[in-house]
Amino acid sequence: MTMIPTIGLEVHVQLKSKTKIFCGCELKFASPPNSQVCPVCLGLPGVLPVLNQEVFNLGLRAVLAMNGTVSKKIKFDRKNYYYPDLPKGYQISQFDCPLGQGGFIELASRKKVKLNRAHLEEDAGKLIHDQSPDSSLVDLNRAGTPLLEIVSEPEIDSPEEAYEYLTNLKAILKSVGVSECDMEKGHLRCDANVSVRKNTSDKLGRRVEIKNLNSFKAVKAAIEHEIKRQSEAVNAGQIIAQETRLWDDAREKTFTMRSKEEAHDYRYFPEPDLVPFSVAEEVIEAARKALPELPKAKRERFIKEYGLSEYDAVLLTGEIGIAQFFESTVKLNSNFKAVANWMTGPVFAYLGENNKNIEETKLSPALLIGILNLVQENKVSLQAAKEKIFPDVIAQGREAKEVMKEKGLEQVSDDSAIEGWIQEAIQANPKVVQDYKSGKETAAMFLVGQTMKKSQGKANPGKVLELMKKALNAHA
Amino acid sequence: MELNQLTAYQLAELYQKNGCTQKDAVDSLKKAIETKDRDARQIHAYVTAENLSPRHRKAEKTSKPSLWGVPIAIKDNICVEGEEITCGSKILKGFVSPYNATVIEKLLNAGAIVLGRTNMDEFAFGSSCETSCYGPTRNPRDPERVPGGSSGGSAAAVADHTAIAALGSDTGGSIRQPAAFCGVVGMKPTYGRVSRYGLIAFASSLDQIGPITKDVRDNAMILNAIAGYDTKDSSSANVPVPDYMEFLGKSIKGMKIGKPKEYFAAGLGGETEKIINQSIDKLKSLGAEIVDVSLPHTSYSVNVYYIVAPSEASSNLARFDGVRFGFRDKSAKTLLEMYENSRGQGFGAEVKRRIILGTYSLSSGYYDAYYLKAMKVRTKIKDDFDQAFKKVDAIVTPTAPSPAFKLGEKTTNPLEMYLSDIYTISANLAGVPAISLPCGLASKLPIGIQFMGKPFDEGNLYKLAHAFEQAK
Repeated sequence: MTMIPTIGLEVHVQLKSKTKIFCGCELKFASPPNSQVCPVCLGLPGVLPVLNQEVFNLGLRAVLAMNGTVSKKIKFDRKNYYYPDLPKGYQISQFDCPLGQGGFIELASRKKVKLNRAHLEEDAGKLIHDQSPDSSLVDLNRAGTPLLEIVSEPEIDSPEEAYEYLTNLKAILKSVGVSECDMEKGHLRCDANVSVRKNTSDKLGRRVEIKNLNSFKAVKAAIEHEIKRQSEAVNAGQIIAQETRLWDDAREKTFTMRSKEEAHDYRYFPEPDLVPFSVAEEVIEAARKALPELPKAKRERFIKEYGLSEYDAVLLTGEIGIAQFFESTVKLNSNFKAVANWMTGPVFAYLGENNKNIEETKLSPALLIGILNLVQENKVSLQAAKEKIFPDVIAQGREAKEVMKEKGLEQVSDDSAIEGWIQEAIQANPKVVQDYKSGKETAAMFLVGQTMKKSQGKANPGKVLELMKKALNAHA
Repeated sequence: MELNQLTAYQLAELYQKNGCTQKDAVDSLKKAIETKDRDARQIHAYVTAENLSPRHRKAEKTSKPSLWGVPIAIKDNICVEGEEITCGSKILKGFVSPYNATVIEKLLNAGAIVLGRTNMDEFAFGSSCETSCYGPTRNPRDPERVPGGSSGGSAAAVADHTAIAALGSDTGGSIRQPAAFCGVVGMKPTYGRVSRYGLIAFASSLDQIGPITKDVRDNAMILNAIAGYDTKDSSSANVPVPDYMEFLGKSIKGMKIGKPKEYFAAGLGGETEKIINQSIDKLKSLGAEIVDVSLPHTSYSVNVYYIVAPSEASSNLARFDGVRFGFRDKSAKTLLEMYENSRGQGFGAEVKRRIILGTYSLSSGYYDAYYLKAMKVRTKIKDDFDQAFKKVDAIVTPTAPSPAFKLGEKTTNPLEMYLSDIYTISANLAGVPAISLPCGLASKLPIGIQFMGKPFDEGNLYKLAHAFEQAK
């Protein structure tokens, strides 16, 4: 029997400031080891941290975007533990006075998953184990990278909800420009807390923390696995141990990492090098006013203003760059549905295949409209536009018209030319014609396809269908 | 008179008259250090007396006497770019700082010459300068006795004229108590007055850098140069710095000086008490009004201090882990062994004692009873001072309960050692400025008198101290 799960998520997002949280080192991905460091982030003797104002501003914006409250007093604390990637022997984090308290992430079902807190902290460096058989190396480029840890209340009821929570959280953070949320670059990391119980009236089961979740899919799969594992254990009369487990993506299983007894005592205490401060109400209000439109509001506006389906609206508002591109494009051509189809179809497919943001391509709203207009004006078939013209436009930034001419894809609407191809198709397929005559209507569509082929896709399909019916009926 | 015998101001005056060159001054000090620091008395104020390389920056000669061309010795816990810095600990041996502390930048920009590193208790944990990995420093007034600590090297160098002036650091009395023991002047400024950037932290919420000098005027001149807000230190205060020299030579007539009864209760006695009382009479004769005040939470100071300071220290010293710099046990087979052996062999006994104390105080289940409670009492101690300073301009106390004690006298009893800071600790807990200056001799040993002031009121402390010093 599968039991009732209770799920809470802890998400670490990297804030996209130019420099680290407590020093002036630049944040560049994939720099040579230990090249983005200074005495402060190396934790050399005598150095002191100074909070980066930009990091604070980004954190504040994130808290407001998630409907959270900014704490009256903002204070940093030291989380003490030893590890070679932690230069000072403590991490500067926030314990009892986090930047943000409360807030929620809304799901499509209108359920609001409440947030416990959002706090600022510094990232550690990383260890490199594969350079030598008998020693490990330390790269401290990442040490001091600004993170916002967002902790949900244990109010998520299923793996699917967890997935949706993460998707929506990411959309919010991206839309307000506080993080790139690129999981592959480690901009977003997630730990899941999972427990099970038999009835909703029972008290919560023992909590198991799952780490090493490298994608939203992994989060979902790991939670599914964990619910099953815990349910089976409880049903078999075992007691769930409070522990931390690691997700193994390849084997799709979780494994014990450390038990509660092995858990650290972090000896939190107030960071004496950073003075507690409070944020003026005016500063908070100004930040709130400056927030861009959030995904939910944007989605609703897209439905209302452009007559889009909920499905298209969700797709087009998930990323700020996509939403902006869409709105710029429909200013040039008000065929909203056609623009939406082009974007959610060929454009998304290209971005997915090439792992790019729309900003990283050569496509502009004007270029996209160039293709769309050719189709609308029946100068080219939709199929030719998608398959033969679009790839060149997005990859090379060329004008659609130019590509069409070069490839000779101009659509033919001239009756005599089309009739010629129709006759060829009819003569080559007497059996199909026979089928049509005996009442099989769909046979006509096959012949249309054959005609299109003969025209090398250049014939206007509407025209072909019209003339095909005429020709077949005449043939009869 | 040899140049090393001069005060900083006297040397500066000589420069004004073109009476000597910077090289003359540096040579004189190097010679004094080489010949006197390691002579039969074994004063050992410096961590090394050989091959000293002065550091200075081209600076415009000033039109008035200033720190231009004045050599200043630096306690071995303040970073100087390109110099080995150890905090008197084996664990940092070989570590060369790649950057200058803010105070060093300020001294160099003022034209001062940074010369020599002075000895200290390991990581500034101590009151006798006996726990350094370089061996103990002795008191030039009586080499059988300790110079006080932890800035014992700085105080001894100034007293022995192997330094014109020096910088020290003070977490619970580490500038003032050695200044008292060696018969020189030491100021612990208001918390936040001087940047801590580049000072290897002992207890971050208590540490302050300050000058140790031959007289009050030199002290004011150096604080002028090193005080001020620093964007690299969030705990430094954005409060304007007055010209402290302006406070010298002024009358203290009508100044209200508080005498806290808790500091004159049982415990103090003998010659120290007698000399302090005579000094208080001297203040009266200078026109100051002595007012009885109470600092009721004084008796908790040592207890609070020995929870707060080790707690912060246990965390501050975590970075000495053998991973990136300093001493590492190369024979270790595992990560844990590397940590344990490097720290076990690199740190001395007193350092380990305080790390254990602090780790315990911060541990889950004990935090509320120790650290949190201590922080609450600390607030009470600060309130005591706020109340007292509503009535008085400054507070007078002894600096230490006794003159300098003998080497080895208290090393076996840490608690007794801790009590030698009983009169100095409160100023750090409250964050207020305090100065110690000589006020007499007890059996040829110097006794120090301490003046504590309102936050950021170092100016009036200098006024008071200068008037006291000048009145014979």
